[in-house]
Amino acid sequence: MSETIDARGLSCPQPVLDTLAQIAAMGSGELKVLVDTEASKENVARAAQSKGWRVESITEDNGEYCLKLTGA
Amino acid sequence: MVNFFASRKGIIFVGLVIGCLAALLQYLGNPGNMGICVACFERDIAGAVGLHRAGVVQYMRPEIFGFVLGAMVAAFVGRDFRPRAGSAPIVRFILGVFAMIGALVFLGCPWRALLRLAGGDLNSLFGLAGLIVGIWIGTLFFKQGYNLGRSQKTYSAVGLIMPLVMAGFLVLMLLYPQVNGEPKSGVLFYSLKGPGAMHAPLLISLGVGLLVGIIAQRSRFCTMGAFRDLILFKQVHLLSGVLALLAAAFALNVVLGQFNPGFAGQPVAHTQGLWNFMGMVLAGLCFALAGGCPGRQLFMAGEGDGDAAIFVFGMIVGAGFAHNFGLASSPKGVGPHGIAAVFIGLAVCLFIGLTMRKKATA
Repeated sequence: MSETIDARGLSCPQPVLDTLAQIAAMGSGELKVLVDTEASKENVARAAQSKGWRVESITEDNGEYCLKLTGA
Repeated sequence: MVNFFASRKGIIFVGLVIGCLAALLQYLGNPGNMGICVACFERDIAGAVGLHRAGVVQYMRPEIFGFVLGAMVAAFVGRDFRPRAGSAPIVRFILGVFAMIGALVFLGCPWRALLRLAGGDLNSLFGLAGLIVGIWIGTLFFKQGYNLGRSQKTYSAVGLIMPLVMAGFLVLMLLYPQVNGEPKSGVLFYSLKGPGAMHAPLLISLGVGLLVGIIAQRSRFCTMGAFRDLILFKQVHLLSGVLALLAAAFALNVVLGQFNPGFAGQPVAHTQGLWNFMGMVLAGLCFALAGGCPGRQLFMAGEGDGDAAIFVFGMIVGAGFAHNFGLASSPKGVGPHGIAAVFIGLAVCLFIGLTMRKKATA
């Protein structure tokens, strides 16, 4: 199962809230999170790791980031 | 690029540096337990440009200019400058106004609440408790889906407006420097007595401001976020920075002879516990709903966030109202209309928090 959250343009703490809600809903699987600030990128990665999820990759495109998170 | 400042060690380092520099600024002339106070300093700037005429709190505080300009420099160097705007700006403005009013009922922003405690001012415990309660109320709104909506990417010029305004203020200050014994220099007002007359040398204030702006932008240091993340996510990342600030300021205050524990006679403070508490409930709720403490709003404004810039202007205008309308407290206690303003502010926050519930995924 793979889901995507578009948190671009949302201010703190919304990207983290959305990510954690989705992680709780999914339990495991693959989740992509789109953000557009460095702070949101760091916050989402930190939050996912605190739930035991892994940050598989972070790709940047024109100032936007896509975090690929996986949880087993 | 690995960002050291975003690590746990990094945020603790930043808190320690800010705490030390704040205590040092007091030693070098800033008012007692006010080495750095974003609310007080923005209020002093409002006074310096004549938005209010409270004679004891008028000074162009270079620390504030440094915060914004330092954050801008750090954002450019870190390839982190993101011009953006358009997330409910009018709401952010109003939250800024009432954040300032609440902070001035207490007499300090969250940074100063920590610095007051680090200097032994136990009244600050009521303010800190209020701050935490206000932020907690904010988290209840977040859990109900409160959201100010998305910002949009925009022109670089939009993100540069706030740094340019701050640079302009700095130029004004250089054009019209303080003249000894004169309450006015050119267009700017200067305090002859009171906290506005107490300040570290200009270049030191500016230098500290720049340094703090740089490291705080890189680390996302935020006093509101510290408590919000603890309540909402059980995360202590930002909180560790805040505690480091408190510890460092306390230690240096002891060394410099600036630690005087007690309730009565504390510098630029009053002893009305309930209103120290309630002022910060209002301020904390405003910071939570707007997504950042006053310092963080300055750093975000420096990295291109036009909505944070609007919040900052809201705070500066709010300072004008606070002093013109008798809402701000003084060492004697709350102002004649401060209590009414707190309740109006809380009502406004309830309205905003309950009605702005657009779904994030929409």
